[in-house]
Amino acid sequence: MLNIALPKGRLGEKVYAMFEAAGYECPSIREVNRKLVFENADTGVRYFWVKPSDVSIYVERGAADIGVAGKDILLEYEPAVYELLDLGLGKCRMAVAGPKDFYDDGTRTLRVATKFTNIASAYYAGIGRDIDIIKLNGSIEIAPLLGLSDVIVDIVETGSTLRENDLEVKTEILPISARLVANKSSFRFKGTEIERVVNALSRQIDAASNT
Amino acid sequence: MIEETLLKNEEKAVYALRSLYRRYGYLPFRMSKFEEYELYVRNKDFLVSDRVITFNDTNGKLLALKPDVTLSIIRGGEDTPGVKQKVCYNENVYRVSESTHRFKEIMQAGLECIGDVDLYDIYEVISLAAQSLTLISDRCALEISHLGLLSAVLDELCPDGAFREQALRYIAGKNAHDLRRLCAEYGIGPDGTDRLAVFITAYGDRHRVLDNLRAVFGTGAVRELQMLSDLLDGSPVGDRVTFDFSVVNDMNYYNGFVFRGFLDGICDSVLSGGQYDNMMRRVGRSSGAVGFALYLDLLEQLTSVRREYDVDVLLLYGPDTDCRAVADKVAALQADGLTVTAQKAVPAKLRFRELCDMRGGGV
Repeated sequence: MLNIALPKGRLGEKVYAMFEAAGYECPSIREVNRKLVFENADTGVRYFWVKPSDVSIYVERGAADIGVAGKDILLEYEPAVYELLDLGLGKCRMAVAGPKDFYDDGTRTLRVATKFTNIASAYYAGIGRDIDIIKLNGSIEIAPLLGLSDVIVDIVETGSTLRENDLEVKTEILPISARLVANKSSFRFKGTEIERVVNALSRQIDAASNT
Repeated sequence: MIEETLLKNEEKAVYALRSLYRRYGYLPFRMSKFEEYELYVRNKDFLVSDRVITFNDTNGKLLALKPDVTLSIIRGGEDTPGVKQKVCYNENVYRVSESTHRFKEIMQAGLECIGDVDLYDIYEVISLAAQSLTLISDRCALEISHLGLLSAVLDELCPDGAFREQALRYIAGKNAHDLRRLCAEYGIGPDGTDRLAVFITAYGDRHRVLDNLRAVFGTGAVRELQMLSDLLDGSPVGDRVTFDFSVVNDMNYYNGFVFRGFLDGICDSVLSGGQYDNMMRRVGRSSGAVGFALYLDLLEQLTSVRREYDVDVLLLYGPDTDCRAVADKVAALQADGLTVTAQKAVPAKLRFRELCDMRGGGV
């Protein structure tokens, strides 16, 4: 039985559709109820919905053999997992954003509000800029509006939230998408099943990129 | 006489491993719990973490609780051609946990072969690593990589340190998609990219991996891997040993062969080792070394049968019960193979199979 951690929400539903198309269907997952664990003995899979930022923890600790997590989470928490595939779903960008009229003249410590303190620290360390990190857990866009920070480092999908708050992308740090990850030990002892999933999903990704 | 059912997984492993290592002439190495802090300051590049628990000795000298065993073993000793020092140990080390970010006591067992190390010694240590795993569980795997081959290919493709660091991270994470993007960023062509990607795609059965590597790098480049694989073909534990280049142990510390061991049911690798000639140079030794450590504290993750009861019999006696009668009853129950706890009241949360009530003169 392959244990698969899926991220709750829209991305998770798209990911499940890929698994379903790959032959790993589990009809009970489509039922409307509050269950969190779904199993199909015939296809040999057990799915469970978890908070997107927790997927990599379930996989790293072996509660799930494989799972799907955003590249942002993998870079931020650096879990000890194998990153086997870029699924090409949930594409967005990690970016520095700030008020349209803000210009960083480099004369003082830059105040950066973010959920992603590791990614932000690594980015600014890479360009040698001294910063003051302000860790927030949500509504990051409000920080520069209220003078809490000069800029933010956050995920930008369409940019509409930024525009509605008179903010703009200053610099793109890196592209983000959903990745298939595997537990290192499971990869040894359930390697054949995991390889089968990887091959089936790869075929879908290749087909999608050729259309 | 030790009753094996009472031992924890890690305690059973310590006995079995000690016996195994002694059979190959590895002598127990006893070391102090403390080392001078300066040893770790001088060699902090070789430590998993540079955070060490320190304290002042009564003479004012700054000491540290050992974060590492190998440094303590290799800093003494002489380098004599043809001679190897073979030692085994069972020690606790103190490191910062990656998950809790707090100091943690880690129980390690392992061995080191130090001196004029040759292919036989490397084979012996790798074979002992695989045998160590099989002693603990039949569902085990030992994976070997070769940092020399990996390093040579990386140097040939791009000497840039940032590229090397990033590429190694992707190889360790079996992340072929980002490795290909990185190669494109650094202007490495499709041929070079494919050569590097082989370290991700070629894993598993030793013979199959060797065929793949030979096709890409030629016979000469994989000669050492081939010779080791040939030796392992004749080993009783050879079927547990595969090649996998995602084993990228720290290149500051290791060179040549490196390996990691896994047990089914434990989410991370339980054994780590390899050749560490680089570290020997740092401490002023001219010879080579190879060894491994097994993280015994992880063995508690192995599923064991949960006991339904804490004790078979709860023997209750009163303030007036004759102590001799209690002692005789306890002895009689134990003679029947039962575990027994004698109490004057029922302890909270105690799970017992049967009650033997001697209060008020009862049996």
